[in-house]
Amino acid sequence: MRKTLLESLTHGSLTEPAPAPDESALAELASKVDRAAQARLGRSLAIRQVDAGSCNGCELEIHALSNAFYDIERFGLRFVASPRHADVLLVTGPVTKNMRQALERTCDATPDPKWVVAVGGCAIDGGIFGGSYACVGGVSEVVPVDLHIKGCPPTPTDLLKGLLALLEHVGGKR
Amino acid sequence: MGILDGIPHVRAVPSHRPWPRVVVTEAGWQAAINQLAAGRLTLLGFWGESSAVHIALLDDAATEIAVVTYECAAGSFPSVARQHPPALRLERAIHDLFGLTPTGGDDTRPWLDHYVWGKSFPLGSRNAPREVVPYRFLPTEGEALHQVAVGPVHAGIIEPGHFRFTANGEHVVRLEQWLGYTHKGIESLMPGAGVQAAAKLANRTSGDSAVAYAFAFARAVEAALDIEAPQRATWLRALMAELERLANHFGDIGAICNDASFALMHAQTGILRERCLRAANVAFGHRLMMDVIVPGGVTCDIAPDGVAALRTLLAEINKVFPRLIELYDNTASLQDRTVTTGIVKTEYARQFGAGGHVGRASGRNFDARRALAYAPYDRLSFEVPVLEAGDVNARVWIRIREVEQSVALIAQILDLMAPGEIMRALPAGRGECEGLAVTEAFRGDVLVWLRLDTELRVQRCHLRDASWFQWPLLETAIEGNIIADFPLCNKSFNCSYSGVDL
Ligand code: SF4
Repeated sequence: MRKTLLESLTHGSLTEPAPAPDESALAELASKVDRAAQARLGRSLAIRQVDAGSCNGCELEIHALSNAFYDIERFGLRFVASPRHADVLLVTGPVTKNMRQALERTCDATPDPKWVVAVGGCAIDGGIFGGSYACVGGVSEVVPVDLHIKGCPPTPTDLLKGLLALLEHVGGKR
Repeated sequence: MGILDGIPHVRAVPSHRPWPRVVVTEAGWQAAINQLAAGRLTLLGFWGESSAVHIALLDDAATEIAVVTYECAAGSFPSVARQHPPALRLERAIHDLFGLTPTGGDDTRPWLDHYVWGKSFPLGSRNAPREVVPYRFLPTEGEALHQVAVGPVHAGIIEPGHFRFTANGEHVVRLEQWLGYTHKGIESLMPGAGVQAAAKLANRTSGDSAVAYAFAFARAVEAALDIEAPQRATWLRALMAELERLANHFGDIGAICNDASFALMHAQTGILRERCLRAANVAFGHRLMMDVIVPGGVTCDIAPDGVAALRTLLAEINKVFPRLIELYDNTASLQDRTVTTGIVKTEYARQFGAGGHVGRASGRNFDARRALAYAPYDRLSFEVPVLEAGDVNARVWIRIREVEQSVALIAQILDLMAPGEIMRALPAGRGECEGLAVTEAFRGDVLVWLRLDTELRVQRCHLRDASWFQWPLLETAIEGNIIADFPLCNKSFNCSYSGVDL
């Protein structure tokens, strides 16, 4: 154990430089986020992830954000266990009808000001599952969405770009 | 004696490959149920269509498979679950989707249907509305008992589902799951889809097993059409399947330790998992390798620098992983949480035909790669680790040993893989045909059954995740443990939600 610990202390950091915030994501946000909220939150955001019917592919990449390469916490972004502690809901999936109510209630339980980020092709418009009797469609059919992050699934870098754009905007910088 | 010798049947379906499918009357159906209940055969799958139900049977010893079909003339079929509990959730799902009623069954509660689809029996031909009754959890009685309800939205980044614990103090006396939250209606999107479009859907049944599903789907189509993928394509498929297995096992080993508050392991395996995904991205252009395996072969060959990326990955794993095993093995505080926690009894693992690490940690020696020896595994040498203890610790060790096997398999494949074609055209004009395939995903066997029409479109496709037969065992494993150990038990199974909710 000591050897492993020592090595991880000495082999240098794996953490990679931050990607530049996504321009189009920034533009999308600009019209939606109000300035009062920016002042209140500063540069730190608590994220609550909600799987509203995803295939789990998006979750795997959201998980990856916490590994040593992306280390999301260095940006002041952290995942929290309850919507009541969250500023941001990160929602995946084509919103199944069976999850619709749970998503609404999770969103209601999140204090204002809050932002909803729809992650993955499914969350945008139902994606490949769009035409099914069991799916609602995109997240915006159920709760208002502030930012979409594309991809099936989006890579951790795509996710980070989108979230940084959110953070920059919320922080009122740039 | 073959499986079907003991099951009287009226006719065989000639276009079903590679294993036989027969149509039975009530006597044959009952004979099949009897063999399941007696433990002579294992339930491999159970699915419906608008006016028939099918069960896939496995003879573990002979590794022989057969499908038995009962035509539901009266819209009903004799309940399988009444005598053989592993069939229960599948039977409830069949009723939800097709409206076919199991007769004699005593648990008629819906499973996938939460009464919000706007129609009942969406895949069936029956138009009857369904009576809406609030979901009843099984009763528990006793003065000191209290209930804890968790989900569908959980505290972590995981899929949604509901768990109802009944506890006596800290100790769980009953856990009941209620799933279906991620039901997307995948099997309703299949009919009419061309095989390529259907492959994309199959790929997204459970994102962590994207390769395994695509692999099984492709093989089912190829079986139906009686063709084989080119040899190089099978090497590439196995390469992806083993990479997927590695990535998932690394993720799980770390996550289990993390749930026992041992974050160092989580950080280290997280690095290895990420390295796998990056190597996959270099080699196949997608971190989860989605949409590379298709019926007929694979869509792209390994990238020019892919081989080097994979060899570097193997070298890294060989360097780091032995130390992590040592760390796991020598950390008493960690083992204190994993040893004797969440035991799955060997007889349950056998009865439920539990696949993957859940079955193999409880003495069930089944791995589709070896038992069914599909290409290219018939040409590779590897071991299938099996343990008896059935606890969280045993499930961790199975994963550790499987990581070692996958590393060796990838090295073998890289050495053996010869240049060649990677895709062959699908023959048109075969007529209506049916195929069945089973592949080994990281969490156990995935079964795909399908029927194609003359235009190579899917008429019906059923995808069965290993989790169907693992989730119920989690309910038994947690009994008598404390609620605080549930996350640990749950992670050591890592059952799929999306894969069973479909
Ligand atoms: S966007 Fe893709 S990866 Fe994400 S949930 Fe949908 S199908 Fe799965």
